[in-house]
Amino acid sequence: MNIEYDNKDKLLVIKIDEEIDHHAVEKIRRRADYEIQRYMPKRVVFDFDNVSFMDSSGIGMVVGRYKLISMLGGELSMINVKENLYKILKMSGISKIIPIQEVKI
Amino acid sequence: MKDLYENEMKLEFLSKSNNEAFARITVAAFAAQLDPTIEELADIKTAVSEAVTNCIIHGYEDREGIIKIRTKIFRDTIIIEISDTGNGIENIDKAREPLYTSKPNLERSGMGFTIMESFMDDVKVESILGLGTKVTMTKKIKLLNKEKEEELKDSLLFT
Ligand SMILES: Nc1ncnc2c1ncn2[C@@H]1O[C@H](COP(=O)(O)OP(=O)(O)OP(=O)(O)O)[C@@H](O)[C@H]1O
Ligand SMILES: [Mg+2]
Repeated sequence: MNIEYDNKDKLLVIKIDEEIDHHAVEKIRRRADYEIQRYMPKRVVFDFDNVSFMDSSGIGMVVGRYKLISMLGGELSMINVKENLYKILKMSGISKIIPIQEVKI
Repeated sequence: MKDLYENEMKLEFLSKSNNEAFARITVAAFAAQLDPTIEELADIKTAVSEAVTNCIIHGYEDREGIIKIRTKIFRDTIIIEISDTGNGIENIDKAREPLYTSKPNLERSGMGFTIMESFMDDVKVESILGLGTKVTMTKKIKLLNKEKEEELKDSLLFT
């Protein structure tokens, strides 16, 4: 997991580089929450460029971060979403609430 | 005479979350002999991950237990059975409803069964409270080329 924070834009980019399943979300959730509370960003972006797999555990994880970020007055979006990830994000309906900046085929 | 199933494999492992990746990758490797597309393979992986995760989170609730997977290949179809001997499901119809989860506090979204149903052709759920749960998923792998189709016709003639 790679964290980049742009102080000027108050933008936090969280780049995940592993398969997102029940086993992985525990650690991702803990680290993401820590960074979000540390920087209090205006915008948070989940970068999925290095994520080749995600199941429903990922939906729960993204929705959980969305709730935290919204509560702190920030916005969340997702980028570099591969086709197979997009399928389940769409199915769950969260792509209607959390914008996806780019879908990768 | 040919066997009913052309190929079959069984897998047994402890209900540890780090076995989720092992399970989906192993089933996908077995499914590869049907020549699935990348998308079909991704669908199978996701469906297996959902069922195995459910055994761990809901079936055993993080107690240690055994998860069994039995995978059969019959012509162009893969049948995957995933079972636990854990808690069981009280109301299967309700459990299968989109967005229903008994564990919202664990950040679950209630999408597992919906994903299995949409990624596989058929999903059967059998469960007895206190005894366990078995999910049977079936997917037909589409034929990509004529050659494979011919082969299949031949094999049909000889069964
Ligand atoms: N193997 C199982 N043993 C006992 N209960 C189960 C099992 N599988 C599913 N269930 C029940 O069915 C419900 C729905 O399962 P489903 O996978 O659709 O959602 P979830 O696991 O709660 O959330 P998500 O899969 O989105 O993380 C679960 O909340 C649980 O109550
Ligand atoms: Mg589930």
